[in-house]
Amino acid sequence: MLCQDCGNNESTIHLTQIVNNKKVELNLCRICAEKRGFHNPFEKNAFPLAEFLTGMLREIGEEASAAFKALKCPKCELTFADFSKKGRLGCGSCYSAFRTQLKDLLRKVHNSNQHHGKTPITTVKELKPLREERKLRDELRQAIEQEDFETAAAIRDRLKILFEPAEG
Amino acid sequence: MFDDMAKQSTVWLEGTGPEAEIVLSSRIRLARNISGIKFPPAAAKEDREHVLAMAVDVFKKDSIFFKGRILYVDDIDAIDRSFLIERHLVSPEFMMNLPGRGLFVGQDEKLCIMINEEDHLRIQSISSGLTLEDTFDAANKADDYLSRRIEFDFDDDFGYLTSCPTNVGTGLRASVLIHLPGLVLTRDIDNVISWISKLGLAVRGFYGEGTDVLGNLFQVSNQTTLGRSEEDIIESLQSMTGQIIARENAARERLFNDARVQIEDKIWRAYGLLLYARILTSEDVMNLLSAVRLGYGMGVIKEMPLALINELLLLSQPAHLQKYLNKTMDAEERDVQRAMLVREKLNKTVKQP
Ligand SMILES: [Zn+2]
Ligand SMILES: [Zn+2]
Repeated sequence: MLCQDCGNNESTIHLTQIVNNKKVELNLCRICAEKRGFHNPFEKNAFPLAEFLTGMLREIGEEASAAFKALKCPKCELTFADFSKKGRLGCGSCYSAFRTQLKDLLRKVHNSNQHHGKTPITTVKELKPLREERKLRDELRQAIEQEDFETAAAIRDRLKILFEPAEG
Repeated sequence: MFDDMAKQSTVWLEGTGPEAEIVLSSRIRLARNISGIKFPPAAAKEDREHVLAMAVDVFKKDSIFFKGRILYVDDIDAIDRSFLIERHLVSPEFMMNLPGRGLFVGQDEKLCIMINEEDHLRIQSISSGLTLEDTFDAANKADDYLSRRIEFDFDDDFGYLTSCPTNVGTGLRASVLIHLPGLVLTRDIDNVISWISKLGLAVRGFYGEGTDVLGNLFQVSNQTTLGRSEEDIIESLQSMTGQIIARENAARERLFNDARVQIEDKIWRAYGLLLYARILTSEDVMNLLSAVRLGYGMGVIKEMPLALINELLLLSQPAHLQKYLNKTMDAEERDVQRAMLVREKLNKTVKQP
């Protein structure tokens, strides 16, 4: 449906208003919605994520990019191809499933791919080894998928060390 | 709903706090998701309802900290939705229909938590003036309370996990709503905006008809959320805001030296229109109040307190006006009523110069 104010853009914002006891449907594009006072004080998508994504997929070549796109989150079944279209992830496990790709993407978007900040207070101690293990297992799986056996061996060693204190 | 709120201003428009004439408000937002549940846009309705129930449970258990009201978006009618948007308590996207959304609004409206926006929880805090640190403390405390009872999605590499990767890490968006008429009048604003953007901050204006920035108001916020600590992000926005204020003040000084009469004329004309006009659109009011606000800042107009300027800015918006006067009106009627309300408020508070 076209925006009823400008008649140019596709309407993306649909509202129902009551004016003089009559229901009025509003179908507006973003710009016209803002003009009518539906301002968005909340910054959103200030970043052209889509550009970073297409750039990243172009850089790595067709074959690798096809392999990336086929990656799928085991939990919510979002594929990397879906993600690169929507720019939104489906669940927390997506970050594990696409860890290698996201590390690349996030370095481009944030100039960093390593969190330095707050950690949830109750889960710091209890969950840290668990998170570390999950992360290493993701990396191991992806290294094997990419037939990078040198990295895989190194990750296996780190996993071993992680469990040593508990086992010994 | 909100009839009590409609009659009063909101905490971020009190006109208190450092630099309150130039910096209207400081805002903090923390994005959080609950471990093991799909993000709201991807989740089933039942999942979202589950998230909402978990959040409400925390609000009730920690009711001393979470003193305020809990609202279910499905129950809120159109005018109340616009009302919440105008008050900057929720995003317009949040008011689009997605079943299972809820909202916590703290008693003084300083703390507001959106449940099932793009992320399960969006913890927001907002205050008057340049008070980023205090505002962050309020949101941070709420985050601590919630994280004692709910396990958040967190990863050692990526930090707090979010639906959109542009929010991942700290999940923190810090912003200031800033009034820059001096830079707009001297046409330095484009330079300043590109300078701010180069330093990794995002700037946006509120646009009205045409390309003019409405009310000379801009929002400046951090662009990236990953790789820096919360304190770092806030400190750099705080110091950048200080530099923007310095440039705004320098622009005002130049205006005052070079074109004093013209500026004073602009300010008094705006004041006169507010006082005598019979038809005012909300955009008119925003722009006129900007001039009056500048007059207050430059010491030209002393009769109109900042709290009143802010109150009119809030009340003249369509949903607020209708709720304040307790009737639904079309745009034409609103413009007449708006002019009447502005006139009354001014006559009541301001002694004629
Ligand atoms: Zn339009
Ligand atoms: Zn997923």
